Amino acid sequence: MKKLETFGIKPHDADLKTNGKQWSVMEKLLLGLTLDQYIGQAFRNKFNWFLAIIFAIGIPVIIYRFIFSLGAVTHASYDYPWGLFLGFGLFCMVPLSASGFMLGTTVEIFGRHDFEPIERLALLNGLLGYFFAVVYLLVDLGQPWRLAYPMVYSFGPAAVLFLVGWHVATYLSVQIAEVSTAFFEWIGFRRGYEFIRKGTIGLTVSGIILSTLHQGALGALFVYAPGKVHPLWYSSAFQWIHFFTSSIPAGLCMVISVSTVVIYTMKWRCDKRFIDNLDRITISLAKGAAMGLATYLIIKFIAIAHDNEWAYFATGWGLWWLFEIICFVTLPMFILMYGIHHRIVGLCRIGAFMTVFGILLNRLNTALIAFNWKLYQEIPHMWEIIIAITIFAIYVATYRFILARLPILYQYKSQAEEIEVEVSEEQVAPAKA
Amino acid sequence: MSKISRRKFLAGSVAGGAAVMMTPAQKSFAAGSFEGFPEGMGVLVDLTRCVGCRTCEAACNLEQKLPAPALPFDDTSVFDEIKHGQKRRTTDKAYTIVNRYEPKGADEPLYRKIQCNHCNEPACLTSCFVNAYKKTPEGAVIYNSKVCVGCRNCMIACPFHIPAYTYHSAINPVIKKCIFCYDTRLKEGKPPACVESCPQQVMTFGKRKDLMKIAHERIKKNPGKYVDHVYGEHEVGGTGWFYLSSAPFEEAGFDTSLPKEPIINNVKDFLAIVPMVLTIWPALFTGFHLLATKGKSHGHGDDHSHDEQEGH
Repeated sequence: MKKLETFGIKPHDADLKTNGKQWSVMEKLLLGLTLDQYIGQAFRNKFNWFLAIIFAIGIPVIIYRFIFSLGAVTHASYDYPWGLFLGFGLFCMVPLSASGFMLGTTVEIFGRHDFEPIERLALLNGLLGYFFAVVYLLVDLGQPWRLAYPMVYSFGPAAVLFLVGWHVATYLSVQIAEVSTAFFEWIGFRRGYEFIRKGTIGLTVSGIILSTLHQGALGALFVYAPGKVHPLWYSSAFQWIHFFTSSIPAGLCMVISVSTVVIYTMKWRCDKRFIDNLDRITISLAKGAAMGLATYLIIKFIAIAHDNEWAYFATGWGLWWLFEIICFVTLPMFILMYGIHHRIVGLCRIGAFMTVFGILLNRLNTALIAFNWKLYQEIPHMWEIIIAITIFAIYVATYRFILARLPILYQYKSQAEEIEVEVSEEQVAPAKA
Repeated sequence: MSKISRRKFLAGSVAGGAAVMMTPAQKSFAAGSFEGFPEGMGVLVDLTRCVGCRTCEAACNLEQKLPAPALPFDDTSVFDEIKHGQKRRTTDKAYTIVNRYEPKGADEPLYRKIQCNHCNEPACLTSCFVNAYKKTPEGAVIYNSKVCVGCRNCMIACPFHIPAYTYHSAINPVIKKCIFCYDTRLKEGKPPACVESCPQQVMTFGKRKDLMKIAHERIKKNPGKYVDHVYGEHEVGGTGWFYLSSAPFEEAGFDTSLPKEPIINNVKDFLAIVPMVLTIWPALFTGFHLLATKGKSHGHGDDHSHDEQEGH
């Protein structure tokens, strides 16, 4: 894309071409490039080759899983019924996607329109994260075609998973509605856009409710296994609070991380508003994340005190727990605070990446590493790891595909607005004359 | 404050409370304390009588039409099998397992039969989001494979590591576990196949409450022989199958750290906040919105007219 820009070619970002004609959907899909130009840049991009290699290996393995069962790609463990697909795919992707409701709340509920340039990125991050959490779930379920059973066929309403299922499904629809505004703008369906915009407050508030409950519920799922999760990662009273509180810095830091990747790799797609505001917004988001981390840290220790688990610190598990808490909660918190105080955006970004890693470590610890601590630790099957990576690569590819097209990082110049601009210019012109 | 207004106030709060209760009702109806069906059947397993002949394993295999095992049932080398540092466990091809343990200071090994303990308030049942499990009035915990989605939450929840999964089926993987021979025997009042087959009368079949009395009588009559504890009387809310042992239970591979309360009690804290969030959040956050945007435009800044005004 950079190379094309040197030839003066600009990506598509408005309803009308410079000559006043409308773009067709096909032209929009090709980013306003000709087919040859598009294919040319796609082949030049090394990252595409990297993705292609992952897909070439991983997609056949996924097909293999559906033909030859879960037992063929996992260890088929009775003691570790949940492996990487849920341990990583569900329990990590969902907190990292809390960004949608966080930024939705900030902008729409608290009226902080100064966060607006990044709101859509946060909403999209939320939507895709949840969507791919469900994809991971579909790969992991024994009978994925029965996914809708808890909704329509057979109800187990006392189960936490019932709540998770319902909420993730509802929240996914809420997020589709929230992100659809960008899509409606892009295809030029103004009425749909306005219809959804009217319900923004309702959508955002339902987003908060659903998020509070299912982020917490993911934690509460482990409360079913008091003897299995190591006491340091387990707390019957606080588990849901831990998962909910940590999802706040997780979502915010994921937005910082994604925006960092975007600004370094897809700068051509960002408009001036996004680029100019990003540093300021990064620091503001980092503030939120640092406060979230501080709260999380305190509650973590309250839970240890509540169950009087200090003695475990003298064990290997205790050291592992301290490693997680010191290196990936406390340290990023101080890095963020230093970065905020001295307004060093780079440090905030490092802190954000570390926080994201800390969340991954915490969820994997709870779901896999410290799970069955009295039995044994299981290393996931090779193919299970490959499938997990492949789905993540599909997630990245989808993310990039959408960012390149929909008005997420840039503001869309709709037909109506452009005509207005022209009209006002015309009005100004005679006045000058 | 007059009496009438107080009464009105109370009536109002009761109505409000009732309204709140309506919402979560569907989410928490199973969260009461339940101590098992009064006429529920159970089995008392006396480990001191077991000689490790594995006849029960063979009987179960036959009754449940399970595939033949790799080693015959009279092969005792299976007692030395160690996988991931663990002794054998129940699988999708074996609903019951006998393991050998060597308690400290004992001359003879102790054998322990493992199968589903048929909890009074089963964790598998309460964790299932499609209600595939059922605790029958006869005392069995049975499973309906027709509705199972395959999330395997029951395997996570079971404190005894019992349910197994047919991972190797691509089309119809299901949970496999002991069902107390419900379909073929228990329904007609007959004892399960393993109990009937035992040559040592390790297991006694009967009403749970009667068996519990027998268990305590045995301990009373032979205080030197038994540990003064019936494993399963209170563990995770009480189980349909319970054990007597001559050695401390942890030395026979039992998890003695399990809570006395049913597993679902741990989850009640969380389930209790669900109605709160559902009812309080909408008002709270709409209120925040109104407060935060008072005097400002309620509209969204998509027309970007706010960007300049509201400062950064």
